[in-house]
Amino acid sequence: MRYEKPQTVAEAARLLSAEKGLSRILAGGTDVLVQMKSGLIEPDLIVDIKALPGLRSIVAEAGGFRVGAAVAGAQLAEDRDLKKAWPGVVEAANLIGSTQVQGRCTMAGNLCNASPAADSVPALVAAGATVRIAGPGAARDVAVETIPAGPGKTTLKKGEFVTSIFLPARPARSADAYLRFIPRSEMDIAVAAAAVNLTLDAEGRVTAARVALGAVAPTVLLVEAAAAALIGSKLEEAALEKLSAACSAAAKPIDDKRGSVAYRKDVVGVLAKRAARIAYTRAGGKQ
Amino acid sequence: MSITVSTSVNGDAVEFVCPPEETLLDALRNRLGLTGAKEGCGTGDCGACSVTLNGRLVCSCLVLAAEAEGQEIGTIEGLAQGDKLHPLQQAFIDHAALQCGVCTPGILVAADALLKQNPEPSDEEVRFWLAGNLCRCTGYDKIVRAVQAAAAEMRRA
Repeated sequence: MRYEKPQTVAEAARLLSAEKGLSRILAGGTDVLVQMKSGLIEPDLIVDIKALPGLRSIVAEAGGFRVGAAVAGAQLAEDRDLKKAWPGVVEAANLIGSTQVQGRCTMAGNLCNASPAADSVPALVAAGATVRIAGPGAARDVAVETIPAGPGKTTLKKGEFVTSIFLPARPARSADAYLRFIPRSEMDIAVAAAAVNLTLDAEGRVTAARVALGAVAPTVLLVEAAAAALIGSKLEEAALEKLSAACSAAAKPIDDKRGSVAYRKDVVGVLAKRAARIAYTRAGGKQ
Repeated sequence: MSITVSTSVNGDAVEFVCPPEETLLDALRNRLGLTGAKEGCGTGDCGACSVTLNGRLVCSCLVLAAEAEGQEIGTIEGLAQGDKLHPLQQAFIDHAALQCGVCTPGILVAADALLKQNPEPSDEEVRFWLAGNLCRCTGYDKIVRAVQAAAAEMRRA
């Protein structure tokens, strides 16, 4: 195995493109090093992207935030402006692993590891975040939800990697929230998860919504019918019931030791309802 | 392929040579003789290998030794001042907050990182902060009490 720590994005793309064997990106390493230790992967090349310009910083851009691909969870938690604008995204990212894991884990890594149960991904999808991809060609921006292709698989092509995640500017009276269900209180993998992102008008009526679900399909789900159930409502019980039903209907979970199909479909609807209430209150709505 | 790594451990400049796949934990233990950090699981679940990397708490089993180049590492060996134990170490002894002791260095490093940013944590904050440090002997109550006793002691100092 070779370890490289390039200083420029172009050099990183060159290294990744030229490698004939298995290559892996190293940012926080909280998935890659575990996979290496367990023998799941034996990379020929590790490209440490932490020296690339901008990859470890959170920068204000066009009213939003550009979060470098190597920004750790703990760093997100310390950014007051980011937390205020995107509390759901930050709380989702901060649910990953332990304090020690938070010292290293990144949202870009969480996205590219492509676990269906990744905590930060539904929140990023609900937020309408975009990712910037570098590679052999010109950099391009794509919606977060286009990256996961299935468990452990992404749509990134050979030589490509994520350099940053962009969280857009917020209209007034906007907020998001993320909830997951785990059988204990810490250090576990989501059985089902829901993220809700809302914008309200001055009367507290929902004018825009995005709802994303985790751990109930091979990839994160953006559920438009669930968002439609909220738009125009003041989160009345009927709207929440429609939201919940749309989420349960959209869920296509697996049966495993952590939850049955029926259980996950039911719980994901309940989580969506609760997350919607939290987002609504955070956006200044009164229920 | 061998990599020469120049880094700082507990404020001392050190240099070692290692293969690229070697973890920071293995380099600390086998090349630098710092055996306080332990390998429990090797996969970031147990926290026995906790160290700080540029002041941030991390599992050294989930860091490549090569990544330490030019960075600042803090280990349990840097906690005491010479022969004088750190208040956390003394509190762990006074409160019998350890039995077999394998998890203790990691818990001390983690608790020290907590108290540096939150000198007066609630019991719940201590428990959540230490959720990634597994102890199979104590049942945690004495650990939480010892951390709180040390925190109180450090606030008085």
